[in-house]
Amino acid sequence: MLTIENLHVTVEDKAILRGINLQINPGEVHAIMGPNGSGKSTLANILTGRDGYNITAGKIMFDGKPLADMAPEDRARAGIFLALQYPVEIPGVTNIYFLKTAVNEIRKTQGLAELDAMDFMTLVKAKMQQLKIKDEMLYRAINEGFSGGEKKRNEILQMMLLEPKLAIMDETDSGLDIDALQIISEGVNALRDSKRSFLLITHYQRLLNYIVPDHVHVLAHGKIVKSGGRELAEYLEKVGYEQIEAA
Amino acid sequence: MSSKTIDKIVNREYEHGFVTDIETDTVAPGLSEDVIRMISAKKNEPEFMLEWRLRAFRHWLTMTEPQWSSVTHPPIDYQKISYYSAPKSDKDRPKSLDEVDPKLIETYNKLGIPLYEQQKLAGVAVDAVFDSVSVATTFKEKLAEAGVIFCSFSEAVQNHPELVKKYLGSVVPYRDNFFATLNSAVFTDGSFCYIPKGVRCPLELSTYFRINAANTGQFERTLIIAEEGSYVSYLEGCTAPMRDENQLHAAVVELVALKDAEIKYSTVQNWYPGDEHGKGGIYNFVTKRGACRDANAKISWTQIETGSAITWKYPSVILQGDNSVGEFYSVALTNNRQQADTGTKMIHLGKNTRSTIISKGISAGKGHNAYRGLVRVGPAATNARNYTQCDSLLLSDHCSAHTFPYIEVKNPTAKVEHEASTSKISDDQLFYCRQRGISAEDAVSMIVNGFCKQVFRELPMEFAVEAQKLMEVSLEGAVG
Repeated sequence: MLTIENLHVTVEDKAILRGINLQINPGEVHAIMGPNGSGKSTLANILTGRDGYNITAGKIMFDGKPLADMAPEDRARAGIFLALQYPVEIPGVTNIYFLKTAVNEIRKTQGLAELDAMDFMTLVKAKMQQLKIKDEMLYRAINEGFSGGEKKRNEILQMMLLEPKLAIMDETDSGLDIDALQIISEGVNALRDSKRSFLLITHYQRLLNYIVPDHVHVLAHGKIVKSGGRELAEYLEKVGYEQIEAA
Repeated sequence: MSSKTIDKIVNREYEHGFVTDIETDTVAPGLSEDVIRMISAKKNEPEFMLEWRLRAFRHWLTMTEPQWSSVTHPPIDYQKISYYSAPKSDKDRPKSLDEVDPKLIETYNKLGIPLYEQQKLAGVAVDAVFDSVSVATTFKEKLAEAGVIFCSFSEAVQNHPELVKKYLGSVVPYRDNFFATLNSAVFTDGSFCYIPKGVRCPLELSTYFRINAANTGQFERTLIIAEEGSYVSYLEGCTAPMRDENQLHAAVVELVALKDAEIKYSTVQNWYPGDEHGKGGIYNFVTKRGACRDANAKISWTQIETGSAITWKYPSVILQGDNSVGEFYSVALTNNRQQADTGTKMIHLGKNTRSTIISKGISAGKGHNAYRGLVRVGPAATNARNYTQCDSLLLSDHCSAHTFPYIEVKNPTAKVEHEASTSKISDDQLFYCRQRGISAEDAVSMIVNGFCKQVFRELPMEFAVEAQKLMEVSLEGAVG
C-alpha cells in the first residue's frame, strides 16, 4: 500500500529525513518511535503534503502512484488521513459543517452519493457515542475551546467518519489521560481490518499497550535505525532511546 | 504555496460583467438648474419637489467634496455626468412582467435573479430598479391588503405627496453632506415604503438595483416609514455590468421608525469593483440613516459589501426615543484595488438607548479596508449602552485594514465597549481543511464564511444564501 524508498527530506535546507525505507502492507499497523527531533512529525507531514517540506531524494508510492506531486486534498481523497498532533482551531465554522463537508468530499471522489443532513446525523451520532463525545460538540466551532482530550477525540471521530486506507496518527496519545486513551484506542481498534493500515507516531510505548502494532521502527537522526515486532517497543521503554541511537 | 493559493482564488474575474443593449432616454451630461427643472418636469413633480431640489442644488454649489475619509480617487468632473437616464418604455410603464422588455428579464436571469421564481418561491415583492425608473413592481395587491405602500419614489410623489412632503429630508436633510445634497438635487427614482400603524408587513420587501447606461450617475432615493407598532424587513441587493469608466453612485436612504416600530434593512452590494489594476468600477458614496423617533423603536442595518471600486458608507441610527435600539452588522470585503471606508454612527439621545456594532472587514489582494465609526452619547441619554466589535481578516501581504472608532460620551451613566481584532488565515488552518479532502478554495471560503457568520445570521434566510454566493464571486471560491 505504502512504499517509501530512500527518502530524504529537508526543511529550510536542513536535512531532517536522511534515507527512510518503509513498506506498509494492507491491514498492517506500524509504529514509529523515536526521541524528539528525530523526524517523526516530518514523516507525517511529508506523507500528507504539508508546505515547507522538500523531498531531495527518494520516492513515496501510495497504491502504486507517486505521492510527491499530489495536492494535500487529493492525498486525503485517495485515502490518507492524518490525526494531527495539534488540531487547529477554526473560529466560526461549526464542527458538524466541517465534518459533513469533509465526508462528502471523500464520498464524491469515491463515486458515492453525498449524504444529506439526516443521513449524516445518524452516522455521526453513532460514531460519537462510541467515542463518548457529547452532541453539543457538533455545534461548536472546530476545536475552539476544546480541551486537549476533546481535540484528540475529535480527530479520531474524523478518522472514523472518513474511513481512510492509511491512517497516520501523530502523537495522538500525548496529553491524554488513561480513560481518554482507552476510548480512543477502542475506536481505532474497531477500525482495524485486513485492508486498512495504520502508522502510529509516538514517543511512548504506552499507546502500544492499547493499539498493538505488527511492526515497530525506531527513528533517530532521520533514519530508521532498528525495526522489529511489538517487543521492540517494550525493550525501548526499558533501555531508553540513547542506547538504540548509540548502537 | 498557501498564500499563493489564496491569491489565486481571490483573483478571479467579476462574473456579472456584461452590458444589456437597451435604448435609453438619456440627457446630455452636465448639471445646472435647467437640468434639475427638466428632471422634475419629466417626472411630472409637484412644485414642492422642484423647490426642494433647487434649494439642494444651490446649497451644493457652495460645498466641496469631503476629504476626511481614507479613500483616494481622481477628481470627479460633475459636469461630465449625465443626470437622467430611463429605459425607453418609461412613458408607457408595463402593467405586468409580461410587458417588461424581454432583454431586461434576460439581464436579471443572467444575474441569477429569476423574478418569476422569486415571486413564487420566496414570497418576496420585487421592485426592480433598472437604471433610474422602476419597471417591475409586484405583489402590490397583497401588500395593499395590509395597507402597506411599496412603490417607486416617483409613484409616491404622485400618489402620496403628503407623506413624501412630511418625511423627505427629515432624517438626511438636503444640506447634510456633499453627496447627499447632490442626490437631493438630482435623484431620479428609488423606493418608497410606508407601513401603517400596527401592521407587520406580510412580505419581505426587496429591491434589486442595477446600474447600466454608460456615463450615468445613479442617484437613488429610498424612504421607509414605519408607523407606531409596525414592522418591516427590507432587502436591497445589487450587481452591475462591467465597463471601463468609473461610475458615480450617490444614494440616500432614510428610515423613520416611530413608537414601538421596527425596521430591518439588509443590503447585499456587489457592484463592479474595477479590474485587478484598479481600472473602472463604481464609486459608491452613500448616505444611509435611520431615526428611532419614539420610544422602543428599533432600526437594524445589515450590510454585505463586496463590490464597488470605492465604498464610502456609514449607515447610522439616531436613537431619539427612550429605550430605542440601533444595530449595525457589516461585512466589507475589498479585493484587488478596492477601497472601503465604512462603518456607522450611533447617536444616543434618549434614555436607556442601546446600540450594537459588529463589523467584519476582509482584505485581499491590494484591497484597502477601513472601519470608521462614531458612538455618541448625549447628555440626556442616561444608561445608554453600546457594544462594538471590529474584526479584520487579511488574506494577502499587500492589503490593509484600519479601524477608526470615535467615541464621545457626555453622560456619566453610559457604558461603551469596544473590541477589535486582526487575523490572517493561517497555513495550519488551510492544511487542516485540505488534509480532510476540502480543496484550498473551499477551505478559504469556509473560513471566511465562519468569520462573517455573526453578520450573515442577521440576514433573512434567502438573503443569507445570496450573500454567501456573492462572497464566492468576490473571493471566488465556494462558500457553503
